[in-house]
Amino acid sequence: MLNNVSARTQSSVSIRDLSLSFGSVKVLENLNLDIHDGEFLVLLGSSGCGKSTLLNCIAGLLEPTEGQIFIKDKNVTWEEPKDRGIGMVFQSYALYPQMTVEKNLSFGLRVAKIPKAEIDRRVARASGILQIEPLLKRKPSELSGGQRQRVAIGRALVRDVDVFLFDEPLSNLDAKLRSELRVEIKRLHQALKNTMIYVTHDQIEALTLADRIAIMKSGVIQQLDDPVTIYNKPKNRFVAAFIGSPAMNFLTGELAEEGGRAVFRTNGVSFSLAGYDASEPLKAGRKVTLGVRPEHIKVDGDIAGGEVHEAVVDIEEPMGADNLLWLKHAGHVMSVRIGGARRYAVGAKVRLAFDMTMASLFDAETEERI
Amino acid sequence: MAAHTQPGRPNQLFRNLNSKIASIPMMLTAVVIFLGGTIWTVVYSFTNSKLLPRLSFVGLEQYERLWDTPRWIVSIQNLATYGCLSLIFSLTIGFLLAALMDQKIRFENTFRTIFLYPFALSFIVTGLVWQWILNPEFGVQSVVRSLGWTTFTFDPLYNSDIVIYGILIAALWQGTGLVMCLMLAGLRGIDEDIWKAARVDGIPMWKTYLFIIIPMMRPVFVTTLVIIASGIVRIYDLVVAQTSGGPGIASDVPAKYVYDYMFFAQNLGQGFAASTMMLLAVAIIIVPWAYLEFGGRKRG
Amino acid sequence: MDKSLTMPISGPAISGSNGSRLQAGPQGKRPRKVLSPRNIIVYGALGLAAIYYLIPLYVMVVTSLKGMPEIRLGNIFSPPMEITFEPWVKAWAQACTGLNCDGLSRGFWNSVRITVPSVIVSIAIASVNGYALANWRFKGSEIFFTILIVGAFIPYQVMIYPIVIVLREMGLYGSLYGLILVHSIFGMPIQTLLFRNYFVSLPEELFKAARIDGAGFWQIYFRIMLPMSLPIFVVSMILQTTGIWNDFLFGVVFTRPDTYPMTVQLNNIVNSVQGVKEYNVNMAATLLTGAVPLIVYFVSGRLFVRGIAAGAVKG
Repeated sequence: MLNNVSARTQSSVSIRDLSLSFGSVKVLENLNLDIHDGEFLVLLGSSGCGKSTLLNCIAGLLEPTEGQIFIKDKNVTWEEPKDRGIGMVFQSYALYPQMTVEKNLSFGLRVAKIPKAEIDRRVARASGILQIEPLLKRKPSELSGGQRQRVAIGRALVRDVDVFLFDEPLSNLDAKLRSELRVEIKRLHQALKNTMIYVTHDQIEALTLADRIAIMKSGVIQQLDDPVTIYNKPKNRFVAAFIGSPAMNFLTGELAEEGGRAVFRTNGVSFSLAGYDASEPLKAGRKVTLGVRPEHIKVDGDIAGGEVHEAVVDIEEPMGADNLLWLKHAGHVMSVRIGGARRYAVGAKVRLAFDMTMASLFDAETEERI
Repeated sequence: MAAHTQPGRPNQLFRNLNSKIASIPMMLTAVVIFLGGTIWTVVYSFTNSKLLPRLSFVGLEQYERLWDTPRWIVSIQNLATYGCLSLIFSLTIGFLLAALMDQKIRFENTFRTIFLYPFALSFIVTGLVWQWILNPEFGVQSVVRSLGWTTFTFDPLYNSDIVIYGILIAALWQGTGLVMCLMLAGLRGIDEDIWKAARVDGIPMWKTYLFIIIPMMRPVFVTTLVIIASGIVRIYDLVVAQTSGGPGIASDVPAKYVYDYMFFAQNLGQGFAASTMMLLAVAIIIVPWAYLEFGGRKRG
Repeated sequence: MDKSLTMPISGPAISGSNGSRLQAGPQGKRPRKVLSPRNIIVYGALGLAAIYYLIPLYVMVVTSLKGMPEIRLGNIFSPPMEITFEPWVKAWAQACTGLNCDGLSRGFWNSVRITVPSVIVSIAIASVNGYALANWRFKGSEIFFTILIVGAFIPYQVMIYPIVIVLREMGLYGSLYGLILVHSIFGMPIQTLLFRNYFVSLPEELFKAARIDGAGFWQIYFRIMLPMSLPIFVVSMILQTTGIWNDFLFGVVFTRPDTYPMTVQLNNIVNSVQGVKEYNVNMAATLLTGAVPLIVYFVSGRLFVRGIAAGAVKG
């Protein structure tokens, strides 16, 4: 499915034909993935899609049924987790509750019989980076959620490894802390330039943190791309629907030709597809789904040109900075995002125009992007 | 709930009446039997009641006599030996079995069924089986002798010096399954991520158990300890069935002492004094535990 | 060392279709020997422990099927050369306690007459009480409950004599009713706790909705709580049945020889000093006495574990 086996020389983690099944249940199927040196890769998907399973395979905490895993060009498929050159941060922090922060950071190093001076140096460095020096003598139970997660990151940091694995590290935190730590993780990545593999079900985390996002569904990577491409050029309908909030509008209909130009027709209404960047010729008669994000539908004053339609306001959801309008048109109800200050009465008539350069067309059968 | 009375409101006593009616058995049991009975026994332990309880106080005379009675001393010594060893062994064996069971093994249910079935049996049955197995004429001793070691001696139930160990073997057989179950529940309650973190850190399994898991299981250990300990103080049926306190009085225990003085020796005062001592022993176990468990936070 | 990687499944196979991306070297599952040192230690230790736990049961069965001459000759672990059910018949119908020689059957039926009503009464009281404590707290209810739970730790010997006096005053001393009452009293702490915790764990909205619908104390109990609490009733029945069946102390204190429960009678048969010791009959009698709780245990399985765990951890 994925390309770029040739780029292997600079890849930090590569996964080859990886499959994993528990009994007859296949969790991962023939999965291939190359992660570049210093890249921040996010594995995104809803629960049960196999993203955490994949991460655990990379860590060596789960054994794949088939396939190979390379870290720094070394085949680590049969290696113990400690020998893979990875550090891992867990959702539940997994701090050792009876030990102080300092002991938590140093325990693995002491077991590995690393000289005392070196341990001290690494602990000092990690706690400096994460600004947890004042907490070193405390126990995990005396820390807040955010502080605990920082310590958990510190435990990965002291291992002096090339690859960091994050298993939904922010899921147990409240919204405010989550966004704070998100920024810190990003800053950490910029400072350390390590390879980071980050599992989450939160698309905001994925979009803000990732160099590349791998969207997974039932053990298969649906799309692997940078956040902008994922958002604007989703490869299939699943990705389009998964990313974006409020969700993309989907209009089912078919392709047609009017006056020599391709149009999308639904319930007798035609939308010009001028400006749409199709990857294949748009043959008339093909059943398709048109996907448009709420912010790519322009209303009244925002319309810069192009084809204008008329719609009726069905309902209005003011959300502060934005105002979400639900408009009825051509037998569909679609959401449109406008500025929070602009208000409409229910039943009012509005003019709207689709920004086709930002729209997506999917084959109705295969649900793949056209 | 029932904070302030307003005019015209029904009497406080009749609020929630059905609930109070339903709780009458509990209230009676708690106050009359548990509280009242205990106080009654403690009070009468200061009297010289013989065949019937009489309220003629003699101060600490019963206690002085109690601690002068060799049989009581023996039973206390037995309880101490049995108690310490029973605690150590059942916690160790129980934890080891639980740790083995926690290795994602096959046939886990079968093993658990085997380890726990003795717990379903009464102490009487337990005592009688082990009496038979430890019978020197037919049991383990004779079997080993018939294999060639003709001088082999293992007759705990007939040797005053080691009879308490014979009882210990039977008690461990009966009770370690429960400890194993409690420990296993404790192990299963530990966050899976802790194990993963320890593996990523490269900590060997035995060190993970020793330095991370066992400290984390402190509450389970404490609870188990309390359960075992309060069972130890009560030990009675097992001794009656296995040795009847013999040979002589060598395997006597406090609970048996109490029973015998109350119902056979017709020396109620002695029985009350001895049972008060048992109560004291339990209090020494329970009070610190209750303090640790419930003292810090608000009643839970 | 590796905790989660345990199943001795060996040998990977190169995936047939597109092995092209794969390089030489390790792939797929790490090969693992069935007879790894780790497996030998784990299963060896568990196996040895299992033998220790099974031996008494085995010895009981084997001994109870042998004739006395064979027992005197052989060792207790050898299987019977000639299987005889004579000891079982004798234990059930002819074994002597004192002057009575009608076997354990008397004790069995006494135990049934004690256990069945005791279980019913104690569960009925405890379930209603646990429900009151969970959903209808009143001033002081928690205090009484705390006394009850603390009372569970008091040695029975401390409370026995006062109970003897109370029962004597009520005219119940020595009767089955008296013993049933005693079992209900001493089963109360653990049973009430079990039910209280269960009802507390049910969603409170259910109770509130029922109250808004106008249902009262008993209506909510019978219409809403009871139908939802079958599992906890089963758990508490298992706990009480085995507990009461296995009781010895209360049986010996609160009943007379003709109403002795099975455990007391068994002890009297086996530990009687008169007559020739018939070990095979003794073991058959022991097995018969253990049979009821054992059957309960093997049939109920996980529920039994749940019961003792719930009871023990919270107790």
